[in-house]
Amino acid sequence: MHPWGKWGRNFVSYGVHAARQALADSDVSWEDVDLVVGGETVRNGYGGYVAGATFAQALGWNGARVATSYAACATGAQALDTARARILAGLSEVALVVGADTTPKGFLAPNAGERWDDPDWLRFRLLGMTNPGYFALYARRRMDLYGATPEDFAAVKVKNARHGLENPNARYRKEVSTEDVLNSAVVSDPLHLLDICATSDGAAAVVLTSMDYARRHGIASPVRVRAISTVTPTFPNTVIDMPLLSTDPANAVPPEQTFKESIGAAAYEEAGIEPGDVSLAEVYDLSTALELDWVEDLALCKRGEAEHLLRAGDTTIGGRIPVNPSGGLACFGEAVPAQALAQVCEVTWQLRGQAAGRQVEDAKVGITANQGLFGHGSSVILST
Amino acid sequence: MTEAAVTPAIEGWFTTGADPALVASQCTTCSSVFFPPTTGFCRNPACPGEDFEATELSRRGTVWSYTDAQYQPPAPYIPATEPYVPFALAAVELPEGIVVLGQLAEGYGVDDVRVGREVEVVVETLYTDDSGERTIWRWKPVVEMGEEADQ
Repeated sequence: MHPWGKWGRNFVSYGVHAARQALADSDVSWEDVDLVVGGETVRNGYGGYVAGATFAQALGWNGARVATSYAACATGAQALDTARARILAGLSEVALVVGADTTPKGFLAPNAGERWDDPDWLRFRLLGMTNPGYFALYARRRMDLYGATPEDFAAVKVKNARHGLENPNARYRKEVSTEDVLNSAVVSDPLHLLDICATSDGAAAVVLTSMDYARRHGIASPVRVRAISTVTPTFPNTVIDMPLLSTDPANAVPPEQTFKESIGAAAYEEAGIEPGDVSLAEVYDLSTALELDWVEDLALCKRGEAEHLLRAGDTTIGGRIPVNPSGGLACFGEAVPAQALAQVCEVTWQLRGQAAGRQVEDAKVGITANQGLFGHGSSVILST
Repeated sequence: MTEAAVTPAIEGWFTTGADPALVASQCTTCSSVFFPPTTGFCRNPACPGEDFEATELSRRGTVWSYTDAQYQPPAPYIPATEPYVPFALAAVELPEGIVVLGQLAEGYGVDDVRVGREVEVVVETLYTDDSGERTIWRWKPVVEMGEEADQ
C-alpha cells in the first residue's frame, strides 16, 4: 500500500509504489505477472479511465493482459474478481491488482456540466442531498428504531481511532475521545464531522496467483480468497441508496434480504462459511453509524443489536468479533478505487499474523464489506 | 414590466395546483410505479413492459428517516440565500410502497419530525434564476387534530 493522506501527487505514483510493495512482499517478479487489473479513478483524466494500462506502462510494459474495473466504492473488489475469474479459468496465473486515487478537497461532488437525466447531478441540484446526507438518514433511523445514541456513534470512532494508532498506512493516527466527536460540528444531523470519513489519496495492490503457482513458488500455506461477492440489488430495492431520489416500489414481493444483506450472504454462500466462523471484519465505515449497520448486514449479530456488541467491547480488538482492526475509513479516509483492496490487504496481514500493533489473535477467517453508488457493493472472504 | 414567472425546477415531476402531488410513471403492464418519472423499459425484472402512464402519487406519507444540511452543499446545488441557511431533508414512505426524498418545508427542521411521522407534499421556491422563481416539492409535517398548531 501507499500510505493514505493528502499528498497532492499523481495517482500513478501511489499506484506504482503500492504495486512494487505488493510484488516485493510476495517475492513475485514483475516479469512473472501475466495480468494487470486496475481500479479506475474517475477524477484523474484519461489515465484514470484506463488505470490498468496506466499502471502497466508505469511499471514497464511486460506484455501482460490488461483490464480496468469501475464499480464505485467496490472498484477494487471487482478488479480482484476479474483477476480471480481469469486465474480460476486457467487463463492467467499471476495477477497484479492495483487501485489508486488522488482526491479533491471537501464533499465529493458530481462532475461538471448540466445533466438533467443523471440522478447523481439531480440530487444536488434539486435537493442539496450530499453523501453525508444519506449516511445521516441511516444513522437517524438507527436512533429512532433501535435507540442508538450519538454517544454510540462516537464510540465507533473512538474504537477505530485506537485500532489504527499503529497502522503505518493510516492517515489519522491519533486517539479521539467521545467529547471530541460530540464537540465537532454537526454536518448532517445526527452526524458530526468526526463521524464522517474524509476523502484521501492512497493506493493498494494485491498479487493474486493460482494455487499451483503459489506452491511452485514455495508458499506452503498462502492466504486464500474464498469468495468475492459483487452482487447487484434484487428488485424491488426498498432501502434508499445513494445517489437515488427514491426506492423501487415495494408492490412487487420484496426480496427476503436487503441489498447490503445480500452482499454478505452471497459471499458466505460462495465460501461455504457461516458468520460464526469469522474472526474479524473490515467494513465500510463511511460514517460511524454505517459500521453498526454493516455488523448486522453481515449477520454478525441480529438486526438492532450492533450497539450491544459495541458497548460490550465485542467489536474491539480482543473482543469476540473485532471490526475494522485496521482503523477503518475513520483512520484512512476514502480513496475510492483503492479502498476495497486496502480492506483485502488488511485481512491478509491479519491472517498472516503480520498486523503489528493491531493483530487479532488467532485470526483464521476475515470478511470485508462495502457498498458504492448505482447498485455496487462487495464482500470478500479470505482464510488461512 | 411583466411579472416574474414561477415554474417548476424540473418539468413533469410534480403538479403545482392547490393540492400538489408527485407525478410517477406507472407501468401499463405490471402496474409498478416509478418516481422520478421514467420512459423506456419497466425496471421490474419480471415485466416486459415498455409503456407508462403518468399517475399522481399519494400526497401524504410517513417519514422513513430525516436529516439536514448544515453546510452548503456543493454545485450544482444553488443556494437560495446569501449567506446560506441550512435546510432539512426527509425520506418519506408513500402508500404506493415507494420512498421519496425531499427537503422539509420552509421553517421545519429535524426537531419537527420522527420516523413514522405523517407529512404531505407542498410546493415551494427552491431558488430564483433568470427565468424567475423555480419551485420544488417538499415535505410538510401534518399537524394532527388536537396538536398545538404553534408553527
